[in-house]
Amino acid sequence: MSSQAIFYKTPKDLPREEWFASGHRLCAGCGAGIAARLVFKAIRGPTVVVNPTGCVEVSTSCYPYTAWKIPYVHVAFENAAAVASGIVEAMKILNKKRGKKLHDVIVFAGDGGTFDIGFQALSGALERGHNMLYICYDNEAYMNTGIQRSGATPIGAATTTSPAGKVIPGKQERKKDLIAIAVAHRIPYAATASISHPLDLVNKVRKALEIEGPKVLHVLAPCVPGWRYPPAETVRIARLAVETRYFPVYEVEYGRVRINIKVKEPKPLEEFLKMQGRFSHLLRPENAHVLEALKKAVEENWERLVKLEESGVTL
Amino acid sequence: MARQAQERIAIMGDEAVALAVKQSNVDVIAAYPITPQTIIVERLSEYVANGELDAAFIQAESEHSALSICVGASLAGARVFTSTASQGLALMHEIVYATSSMRVPMVMAIANRSLNAPLNIHCEHGDVMPERDSGWVHLFATNVQEAYDLTFIAFKLSEHSDVQLPVSVNLDAFILTHSVEPLTPISDDDASRFLPPRQPLYSIDFDNPATFGTMALPDTYMEFKYQLKEAAERAGQVYPKVAEEYARISGRRYWYFNSYMADDADAIVLVLGSTYGTLKAAARRLRESGLKVGVIGLTMFRPFPENQLVELLKNAKSLIVMDRAYSYGGLGGPLYMETLAMLYRNGLRVPAMNVVYGLGGRDFRLDEAESVLKMALDGARRGRFDEHVIWWGVRA
Repeated sequence: MSSQAIFYKTPKDLPREEWFASGHRLCAGCGAGIAARLVFKAIRGPTVVVNPTGCVEVSTSCYPYTAWKIPYVHVAFENAAAVASGIVEAMKILNKKRGKKLHDVIVFAGDGGTFDIGFQALSGALERGHNMLYICYDNEAYMNTGIQRSGATPIGAATTTSPAGKVIPGKQERKKDLIAIAVAHRIPYAATASISHPLDLVNKVRKALEIEGPKVLHVLAPCVPGWRYPPAETVRIARLAVETRYFPVYEVEYGRVRINIKVKEPKPLEEFLKMQGRFSHLLRPENAHVLEALKKAVEENWERLVKLEESGVTL
Repeated sequence: MARQAQERIAIMGDEAVALAVKQSNVDVIAAYPITPQTIIVERLSEYVANGELDAAFIQAESEHSALSICVGASLAGARVFTSTASQGLALMHEIVYATSSMRVPMVMAIANRSLNAPLNIHCEHGDVMPERDSGWVHLFATNVQEAYDLTFIAFKLSEHSDVQLPVSVNLDAFILTHSVEPLTPISDDDASRFLPPRQPLYSIDFDNPATFGTMALPDTYMEFKYQLKEAAERAGQVYPKVAEEYARISGRRYWYFNSYMADDADAIVLVLGSTYGTLKAAARRLRESGLKVGVIGLTMFRPFPENQLVELLKNAKSLIVMDRAYSYGGLGGPLYMETLAMLYRNGLRVPAMNVVYGLGGRDFRLDEAESVLKMALDGARRGRFDEHVIWWGVRA
């Protein structure tokens, strides 16, 4: 393992408290729900969650019910990082002026609310340097509205707005490199994690909370109806994403890249793809060129990270 | 409360608002620079930078984020201020509605200005009118002193336990924001007594966790909105009490509107914002000639002070409503349409005409104000107007 601070060595070390309660309305097998449960196990004290519009929001906050045992704020889709900025600064000044208890502020946002419509608010918040942890649960499309492509959708994936057509077989563009963009703001900590590796995930949450300043955590969270696979396969698919190098698990601490899960002998990407309906067309001969493009993107991304880690360059 | 000695100073509208915010014990200010309110936030950032104001000043990367930051800060329990104008307010639009429906107290100064296109940075009320139906309380200043005073009143009203709504203080771009006028400020001590630190009814608190900004489906959404309607109406009942409390420290008494000799007037002109002063000066001249004209400048546009206005208008023989905004394809300007509805449902059959003027900052001079008042008198004499809406001075 890395030099990453270890707060939880085994699953038994995890707190028993569930801050994200059962009884929410997320789908069976929802990756985002698994991520939420794990993330909020790792809180270290008074915490508030800011959650923009999306699957998790509509499934956990439907009046008069709530799945949140910690303070929860939803305002809109594109402004979670801004709302969180206001909470952070208000807490700070109210603590100074009137002794209000400081709270950790965690944003829990989907990929649409992060990569696309919430991108400007996120960039503004990172630039201003507020002390918050911004977590993106990435299911690689707009799942809440019916599986439309987002800036996080990978090459080749079929969505309802990038269908696997006869002429255009799925999304033609690469996925945005969220961590590279976050790191370009010179923030102290940015990392990826997968729900298939829960200890890595919770330790990263806790580690990030200990660091002053803006932090970004990008968590892969498979989606049953969006990726089209049986609900029991969520964790297996998330693990294959790591094991095929499709989703590298790494962190960038003060600009230094460290790959946390070294995948020395990657499984063939097809093993990850073939389990999902959104990629089924890629395995047909006429779409071999799209599959190649996706493989190339995956390989380039991995090699880039390896080079960055080996060179020790500070981003 | 004892009034302390007050000194008169000369100050621009923008700076007057900034001064009031500074004296209001504000905790968080978030804004994005947009002409002509920029000076408000520049002054506030100076106050913070120089240690004269113990607050967090956040310059957001957009107006949308500025208002979102304010919502977060207010939910955390802070007293919060922002200011904007025109395009910025339009960009905030989505969050304007979220702010009021989530019952988030805050004050926003709006330096009223036209909306693009054509691009234009000058005075108009076309920016705030799309926010008319949001549930915000909308106050309009007719001069710099009012912009200053209404800022204090706005904070108190916004945070009142029976209200819990955001409040906008509207001041005409450039005409008030960039004009130097005399101002009699209240003392810092009086300001602190009037506005002690905010005591939120509820706020983000781990020990007492709440879910803010829920989803509500058809079975409950309408009840949320009904509560908003009730709160907006309660704001109208609380307002005179807050204004009275402010009068005790300032000596200046605010009401739902300013009026000049409207009680016995045959012809009345109703308007929002700084044009009240121009009309008042013109009406004074006409009154000297024995012409029975009156002017009303609405201070509170939302909630709409129906009963009080009806009381004042019930004996009028004619009414001209002046709008510095327009509802394109509609029956006229927003104030005119509201007034017509009010007259109709209260059984008042006074002839009423709409004068649309000053869009994009076009001057409206004293002699023009006199002409409008005379036009109103002509309507009173004849018992009717020939047109419903005229666009004042437009080259057709």
